[in-house]
Amino acid sequence: MSSDAKETPARPRERAEVFRTISGRPIERVYRGPGPVDSAGARPQDAQDPGTFPYTRGIHANGYRGKLWTMRQFAGFGTPEETNARYRHLLAAGGTGLSVAFDLPTLMGRDPDHELSLGEVGKCGVSVVSLADMETLFAGIPLGQVTTSMTINSPAAMVFAMYLVVAQRQGVPWTALSGTIQNDILKEFIAQKEYIYPPRPSMRLITDTFAFCAREVPRWNSISVSGYHIREAGATAAQELAFTLRDGIEYVQYGIDAGLDVDEFAPRMSFFFNAHSDFFEEIAKYRAARAIWAEVMRTRFGARSERSWKLRFHSQTAGVSLTAQQPYNNVVRTALQALSAVLGGTNSLHTNSLDEALALPTEEAATLALRTQQIIAHETGVAGLADPFGGSYFLEALTFDLTRETYAYFDRIDALGGMVAAIEEGFPQREVAESAYRFQRAVERKEQVIVGVNDFVATDDPAVRILYIDDAATDTQMTRLAEVKARRDPAEVARALHAMRRAAQGTDNLMPPILEAVRAYATLGEMCDALRDVWGEWEEQAII
Amino acid sequence: MSKIRVVIAKPGLDGHDRGAKVIARALRDAGMEVIYTGLRQTPEQIVSAALQEDADVIGLSILSGAHNHICPRVMELLRAHGLDDVLVVVGGIIPDVDIPKLTEMGVKGIFLPGTPMQQIVEFIQGNVRERENV
Repeated sequence: MSSDAKETPARPRERAEVFRTISGRPIERVYRGPGPVDSAGARPQDAQDPGTFPYTRGIHANGYRGKLWTMRQFAGFGTPEETNARYRHLLAAGGTGLSVAFDLPTLMGRDPDHELSLGEVGKCGVSVVSLADMETLFAGIPLGQVTTSMTINSPAAMVFAMYLVVAQRQGVPWTALSGTIQNDILKEFIAQKEYIYPPRPSMRLITDTFAFCAREVPRWNSISVSGYHIREAGATAAQELAFTLRDGIEYVQYGIDAGLDVDEFAPRMSFFFNAHSDFFEEIAKYRAARAIWAEVMRTRFGARSERSWKLRFHSQTAGVSLTAQQPYNNVVRTALQALSAVLGGTNSLHTNSLDEALALPTEEAATLALRTQQIIAHETGVAGLADPFGGSYFLEALTFDLTRETYAYFDRIDALGGMVAAIEEGFPQREVAESAYRFQRAVERKEQVIVGVNDFVATDDPAVRILYIDDAATDTQMTRLAEVKARRDPAEVARALHAMRRAAQGTDNLMPPILEAVRAYATLGEMCDALRDVWGEWEEQAII
Repeated sequence: MSKIRVVIAKPGLDGHDRGAKVIARALRDAGMEVIYTGLRQTPEQIVSAALQEDADVIGLSILSGAHNHICPRVMELLRAHGLDDVLVVVGGIIPDVDIPKLTEMGVKGIFLPGTPMQQIVEFIQGNVRERENV
């Protein structure tokens, strides 16, 4: 051998100095065995089979062989009649669950006649003002036979109560109802910012729904702890994972502190993650999520039920990755993102429509998004086995790294006194804002290419037809609000709202008085105001 | 030369503030004085912030579809307060058909998803009023 050969060979020219995931994580040229070893000297990747603790490889031993994921398309716009028609279409097209998108006034607990509702009624989702609207929204849809997910947070208890009363009037017992309320206020403070009350009373509303569901609606998922919005706001994959699971820990702790047995409510907690564009990092994220949650539930909280250990999650493809430029490219992005969610073992999935950087989706675009899932399920073959990537050196290393980073964030948040305290201090908000800005600068410098936006730009974008939502819903909903107010018994409404205020001042579960107010046709704005009177409103320290 | 003063506001009920915050930082890094109002500001609050802060520019971030209601009100209030020379720009999701309406009422810049931050910085530098020397 010549002496030259002993020297490090010149590095072959590569396209970049460092290769990174979309979250900025540097990756190596190639990954080799035997793979990472944890602090106890074990190789976590050898630990187990799908369906066994800690469920890295999935919560079901047979993957999707028994049952495919639920294809659940988030939808809602305009009046309850219009959205009811879209639901019937999605169910007829083979959708297997409903998912309600509410408009901003509903999400913020404001009636359509409030000053801040100006121009917002029915725009980003369906407007639901009182029980009368909920009856219309689910007219002709048998609530005992579908599962319904409702994306509602601050007013979750009130909207859930409306759903329960509609079910009752359809003759469906609460024990037969299945579905989810998002009910995750912590990620609102961190990311999406649709909050009403300060963090601590907001947490009490949530533990009240935990207790109520455990007793009365046992098959209902009382929370969907969501990383989706945290990621959309700019978080990295590791931050999404860490903040979401730490939020989950906070809810469990508050439930226990409220006197509940962990195994009574933890099995009904579900999760919601983003399916972003970095293919392997996302799959690793879902695998790490399951393993961390199982470990946390068993060791940190001493849960004994396997059902408390198993993390079940919904996922949605990344809205933030969609581009207004060359919108057909979004079909491809969505398909790849959805594939990563399936390979990561998602339990239900929403695929975004190609026109969503421009508007709410047309029926045509929403159908294509559903077809994307059906093609993955029935044509690609990936649903025929559990955890197809288990044992991949790269994927196992990523799973290991994300797990380690998540525990490091847990330590920092624990040191701040928990997630509520960390939010009050602005910690997760700052971390997310920092990542969002870093990403945007990488895009500006073209270190991160976005096809059609900062590279491969076309001047002749094909126009797509968009769903234009006019202001007709405002008029309809104003008229209906007046009708409801004219028809109901004002004394009964006043009594029910007073009972809500009294319960809010004390410690009794809020669900029973909320149900009474719903039955009296109190409006959502009135019910939310009753609690505003007692708890006040949260105003965040704006951080830029 | 005194700094360009910008009020960045999130009107309406929407809380999606990623864009507003990123652009606020970009303008600050470009040497402007940025005042971020925070969330859920009424047109009255926004114009009053512009008045108090002696703003040269108002940047509205609107993703929810409420622009057809919010923008006319902001423009009307600006005129009523004699703030016609404040440069108003809007960023967010604005359907094509609404753009001419916003331009007609005096919104000078409309920035849709995917607009580079640098383009917004340069637009503001090129279109802002000359500051009078006091």
